Amino acid sequence: MQKQIIYLDHAATTYVKPEVFEAMKPYFTEEYGNPSSIYSIGRSNRKAVEDARISVAKSIGAAEPSEIYFTGSGTEADNWAIKGAALALHKKGKHIITSNIEHPAVLATCEFLQKQGYEITYIKVDNEGLVNPEDVDRAIRPDTILVTIMMANNEIGTIEPIKEIAQVCKKHGVLFHTDAVQAAGNIPINVKDLGVDLLSVSGHKFYGPKGIGMLYIRKGVRIENFIHGGHQERNKRAGTENVPGVVGFAKALELATINMEDHYKKLSSLRDKALKAITERIPNIHVNGSMEKRLPGNLNVSFRFVEGESVLLMLDMKGIKASSGSACTSGSLDPSHVLLSIGLPHEIAHGSLRMTFGEINTEEEVDYFIDALEEIITKLRNMSPLYEDFVKGV
Amino acid sequence: MYSEKVMDHFSNPRNVGEIENADGVGQVGNAKCGDIMKMYLKIEDGIIKDAKFKTFGCGAAVATSSMATELLIGKTIKEAEMISNKAVMEALDGLPPVKVHCSVLAEEAIAAALQDYKSKHGLAEDDYYEGCSGCCGGCGSHDLRREHLHDEEE
Repeated sequence: MQKQIIYLDHAATTYVKPEVFEAMKPYFTEEYGNPSSIYSIGRSNRKAVEDARISVAKSIGAAEPSEIYFTGSGTEADNWAIKGAALALHKKGKHIITSNIEHPAVLATCEFLQKQGYEITYIKVDNEGLVNPEDVDRAIRPDTILVTIMMANNEIGTIEPIKEIAQVCKKHGVLFHTDAVQAAGNIPINVKDLGVDLLSVSGHKFYGPKGIGMLYIRKGVRIENFIHGGHQERNKRAGTENVPGVVGFAKALELATINMEDHYKKLSSLRDKALKAITERIPNIHVNGSMEKRLPGNLNVSFRFVEGESVLLMLDMKGIKASSGSACTSGSLDPSHVLLSIGLPHEIAHGSLRMTFGEINTEEEVDYFIDALEEIITKLRNMSPLYEDFVKGV
Repeated sequence: MYSEKVMDHFSNPRNVGEIENADGVGQVGNAKCGDIMKMYLKIEDGIIKDAKFKTFGCGAAVATSSMATELLIGKTIKEAEMISNKAVMEALDGLPPVKVHCSVLAEEAIAAALQDYKSKHGLAEDDYYEGCSGCCGGCGSHDLRREHLHDEEE
């Protein structure tokens, strides 16, 4: 029998839904024209891109389709928003505000700008992983040109008070960007209601394809271009359009928007079932991040006395795919900056496990996963000198 | 990223556990860095009769501990002292660059356990062995790791 694969890493990426793939298919083969060409298979591609733009604008509540710009990834959208705003507004000031739990796409971009003479203020989140809008209010200065705070965190799934932060920014007349890569498809997004100026999304987090992202730029907001070249995307983002990607992105977002309620119910129910079982069966754990203001499919738990990579490898041997914030998996000397930011000591952060549930998961899979997890944590703890000291009361 | 041997020693680690009344016990690493190795030795007539370990750490940390105990058993103290991180690594068919520090930790754990044996039996030498200082980056093994990370970035 083929080994069962249980995928609990939907925050990393998702599979492409069959309906999405079907919608994309023609644009790889018979409909391969360049949208900029005037002949028939060019025009049909232009229409596909513009229809997708209309659909995406509708999905996120944009006032006009012309506020939607397709990019090569969520990371590109973040880079464009932040660097584009910095370049456009450097005469007004060089101060940018962000949080200390952002995705590297935002943090590394801010670090880059810091080297170019910009000043960055990092708002500290509380122990639940939440930004206080009042902290943003206090951090804004006359030379502040941009605030960029993520809508939902990729590791602990916390949902930030974006609407409140947007109001603060509006009061001070400061641009506000939010990285909504993890939020899109999981919780409703309405850019008008949120009041954001710039918003980034990536296609492969809601059952769409990889290599396609989007930046929403509110009408009237001027930022510098990031990718220079041809006249695509109304002269703002050069490069021949990734037509199958654009079509897949729009289709996946449309489906996600229609299915939002069922999706939320299903994922949060699987997540809560897993959390209940872990809490009941495995002692000495720490649940990371607010459980109230949280994405439906995200669970992040630290298991004391064990190290995350070991847990991941053992889960993988049982066909279960998850993620961790340990140093060994982060590729640096320190464990996840997000876990450290919510106040976890290093040794507990090393033992973290991120489980992100998706539409493909079942209750049976959660049962199988919990059985495996309990066995693995027990095995690793029996091997751990830290656990030995704990049991002996050292 | 790991060799088959590493995965074998990780999934079926040899000699896990403790030795009661061990003749030498050594512990290196620290929880802050994410890896601790504790090595127990049973030594009779100058020969390592048994070795066991407990490790908190990643896959490579478990595998290097396991391999270290296999290399230790049957060796004389002199031979055991010669076991280098390179020997542990070679026995495992190599480690990814960022995991080389795990093999250094294994070498240090062996040295620490042998040092403990020697000091218990009045054989201690002047150059007392000190394990991890407890601050990340303070010891050679983590500097090594940092170097490799740097290399990868380049």
